[in-house]
Amino acid sequence: MRITCPICGERDRREFYYQGDAIALRRPDADDTPEEWDAYLHLRDNPAGVTRDLWYHETGCGAWLVVTRNTVTHEVLGTALASDHGTGAA
Amino acid sequence: MRLGKGGQIDRGQRISFRFDGHRYEGCVGDTLASALLANDIRLMGRSFKYHRPRGVLTAGSEEPNALVTLGQGAAQEPNLRATTLELHDGLEARSQNAWPSLDLDLLAVNDLAAPFLSAGFYYKTFMWPRAFWEKLYEPLIRRAAGLGALSGQANTDRYARAFAHCDLLVIGAGPAGLMAALTAAHAGADVILCDEDTRTGGRLNAETLSVGDQPGADWAAAVTADLAAMPNVRIMTRTTVTGAYDQGTYGALERASPAEAARPGAAKETFWNIVARRAVLAAGALERPIAFRNNDRPGVMMAGAVRAYINRWAVSPGQAVTVFGNNDNAHRTAADLLAAGVHVTALIDSRPEATTTLDIPFYKGAQVIEAHGRKRLEAVSIATTSGIDKLRTDCLAMSGGWNPTVHLTCHMNGRPTWNDTLASFTPTPGAIPGLVAAGACNGTMSTHGCLAEGARVAAQTLADLGLTAAEATIPAAEDTPYRITPLWTVPGKGRAWLDFQNDVTVKDVKQAALENFRSVEHMKRYTTQGMATDQGKNSNVAALAVLADATGRGIPETGTTTFRPPYAPVTIAAMGAGGQGAGFAPQRFTTSHRASLAAGAPMIEAGLWYRPSYFPKAGETTWRQACDREVMMVRNAVGICDVSTLGKIDIKGPGAGALLDFVYTNMFSTLPVGRVRYGLMLREDGHVMDDGTTARLGPDHYVMTTTTAAAGQVMRHLDFVHQALRPDLDVSFCSVTEHWAQFAVAGPQSRDLLNKLLDTPIDNESFPFMACGDVAVQGVAGRLFRISFSGEHAYEIAVPARYGESLFKLLVGLAETMGGGAYGLEALNVLRIEKGFITHAEIHGRTTAFDIGLEKMMSPKKDFIGKAAAARPGLVDPDREQLVGLKPVGAVKQLTAGAHLFDRDAPATRENDQGYVTSVGFSPTLESVLGLAFLKQGRSRQGEVIRMVDHLRQIETLCEVCNPVFLDPEGGRARG
Repeated sequence: MRITCPICGERDRREFYYQGDAIALRRPDADDTPEEWDAYLHLRDNPAGVTRDLWYHETGCGAWLVVTRNTVTHEVLGTALASDHGTGAA
Repeated sequence: MRLGKGGQIDRGQRISFRFDGHRYEGCVGDTLASALLANDIRLMGRSFKYHRPRGVLTAGSEEPNALVTLGQGAAQEPNLRATTLELHDGLEARSQNAWPSLDLDLLAVNDLAAPFLSAGFYYKTFMWPRAFWEKLYEPLIRRAAGLGALSGQANTDRYARAFAHCDLLVIGAGPAGLMAALTAAHAGADVILCDEDTRTGGRLNAETLSVGDQPGADWAAAVTADLAAMPNVRIMTRTTVTGAYDQGTYGALERASPAEAARPGAAKETFWNIVARRAVLAAGALERPIAFRNNDRPGVMMAGAVRAYINRWAVSPGQAVTVFGNNDNAHRTAADLLAAGVHVTALIDSRPEATTTLDIPFYKGAQVIEAHGRKRLEAVSIATTSGIDKLRTDCLAMSGGWNPTVHLTCHMNGRPTWNDTLASFTPTPGAIPGLVAAGACNGTMSTHGCLAEGARVAAQTLADLGLTAAEATIPAAEDTPYRITPLWTVPGKGRAWLDFQNDVTVKDVKQAALENFRSVEHMKRYTTQGMATDQGKNSNVAALAVLADATGRGIPETGTTTFRPPYAPVTIAAMGAGGQGAGFAPQRFTTSHRASLAAGAPMIEAGLWYRPSYFPKAGETTWRQACDREVMMVRNAVGICDVSTLGKIDIKGPGAGALLDFVYTNMFSTLPVGRVRYGLMLREDGHVMDDGTTARLGPDHYVMTTTTAAAGQVMRHLDFVHQALRPDLDVSFCSVTEHWAQFAVAGPQSRDLLNKLLDTPIDNESFPFMACGDVAVQGVAGRLFRISFSGEHAYEIAVPARYGESLFKLLVGLAETMGGGAYGLEALNVLRIEKGFITHAEIHGRTTAFDIGLEKMMSPKKDFIGKAAAARPGLVDPDREQLVGLKPVGAVKQLTAGAHLFDRDAPATRENDQGYVTSVGFSPTLESVLGLAFLKQGRSRQGEVIRMVDHLRQIETLCEVCNPVFLDPEGGRARG
């Protein structure tokens, strides 16, 4: 598997660290309800199809990426910098 | 029997080899199988379950029977196929799965017990009593059944991993693959051409067919020479493409030739990752057997394999050969045998409409119903339109048709498509993105068809890549239609074999269907059909057909089992090449590593780091003596410890303070320049992630320390919090762990020692507890932090890593003149337990700030990572387990980490569990074993006597619950 880092270009997946669902970008406010925090921390979809994950270019430039890929075909559909998808934008 | 002429062998070069201790001769170009046949050796193996005598069935990597072991001792390698082993001088092969010998295998008694060993026998027979399975049945079955054995020793052979990239990967170098490679190469594409054989040509090497005006094998050699001369082509023979993976990635196993393997230091096998923009699969087809009674007798072979032995290796597998088939292709075998001067007993074609022009006994609409003989074929019975005949014959060449090698097209969960005309599965287009099939593996069976399709498919593929291929000239070649009428099994009594390697018969598959294992995946697992090392290459389609018939469905409805990589067996050693021994993980050494080793310090691993455990002195016989001395040295004089392994992150920018406020529970933007603060970091779920000190070196410049274990995690976390949650902050991070060598200088005399080294001396006013700043160390720019992990008056001094070794030696040398010296990780651990300082033994991922008594460090004035979740009722429940100290008070003085805690008089059962011990050590300062533990409501239970029970080591200890800070709770020593 290879991922195209927006900064470094196409790289082998061994350069990346996998985090999990890109929901982590949508951090609730400190005073949001416990239900919102529970959903943010614990509730995850398990889609057969398109998903958005966070990957970290750990042995590369240190950028956090949002990788859109298909869990059925393993196609990587797109990558973007997490910093362009900050709180609220994602 | 070696024929007098022909073949692609070098008769001038004789090779001596051994099989089961006997010496034989072969020729350069032989495989072990062809050389054994040339020496008239038919019996090459014993079957897995029934120990039936077996001979070679095929001439390729799909061979199920002729498996041998090579080498002795650590170099022993089992389950190698005689059909792909290149003969070389001194080769010593042994047969497998026979006792005492291949010829007289006493375990063949299993064959008589066959009625009790049918499909699923182990599920039924060995069920009760339950305990007998592990102790009796399984070991017995394992000894009796099986393949070759491993040596049990570490493999000393060399293996390699390698990577390659190309525009076009061509898999298979038969007529289709060669034309595809040639077309692409002329168009300027970067081409890799792989073939598992030792030479290119594929079936052209096994047939007497012409291409253009020359023999097929010569044409292949000429094309290969042209390709080899082109700079944009890499030809990889002896290389099996084993798997197709995502994004045009292919796995391939390359075997070194015997000459290459003998070269010192050479890799025996190389596992390749090939990344190809496009691929052409030209893997050919595999011939399938026909099931009839005792069709597994040595001498019953595939018709195409018989042609290969005759034409390529000039070996006749028999003196009187019978040919039996259901398709036109089989007739070639009879013709080739006649041309080679071998007696053909009869040609038997199951199709009533079949014809032949060959001058040999010909039976149409007839079937072989039984093979006779035991260790070698003696005769066959045939059912003809006029009755049953028996023919004396020592070799039967059979052909049930050809299965296109669709395997790679199914590796990404694709399923092949049934083709009624071919009575075979063919690849489903598009099953692997970027890969197209051409030639026999695509169901194109004539030589001319293969040549044309290879060229056409390559041209189409190149167009995808923006390259234009010139119109290829397709040489003239046979273009006869392939006609077949399916024949899977011949009806009749007795056992008819489908899977030769796993001993699965037609009856087993029918029985599975009868017992309602009707799904092909269930049938496979119940009968073990297709689960041997050949993965059903010879047998799966016929087994499907039998299952389809038994369940009243068609073959397409029955479907196939899942094809998974690898296509052919791959040694684990090749896949994991480089990962043995020291190659398993990188090693990280501190700058003081050599000095520590020179001082005799045993090393312990801390993640990838190696740290000194203790520094033994003359006369000390146990680690405890050294550890106790080092602890007392720090408490009474001064000790030196390399702490460079702790993570160090340089943080710069106007947003640094705000970001630290967000990742730490406590405030850092208010920290004065020149000061250090202890910080606590939570995960977003409210549990502790890490702790450490962070120093402020300038208004926009901090240096964070992390624990050794969490250095990587914290770096990722900081980058995440910044980029994903607070991209508005102007701040950047850089890991500087390896740039700075850092040493703890701890003990009452630490300042006196430092003042002997620092260019400008320090005192308590200029450098109070928790101060930090730049210092000059013998002219070298360094940093000094007055922090303490031992509770003593202590510093950490950092210099650029290139000065680390010399500074360590200097520090230790000075310390030794002052009654101190170096201390290791054991003493460091005791020193911190005495002070109740936590490590990842305590912050192990399930503890909160509340549990470790640091809830006051959670600032109410700001938001921070983990704040909302840490306030959840379950995480601040007063009934939670809280950090306490433990001291033995009874006769037993032992504490063990991991042991559980119970009320003094309660039974030590799970329901009564009150907590657990996390860290223990012997304190020479307090002359007692000390422990840190988590205990329910622990903070309010100080003074109570509880019971520690280690169920694993059978230890019970009465302990008093204490303040976890055993020594100097006021902290006066560190401030002195």
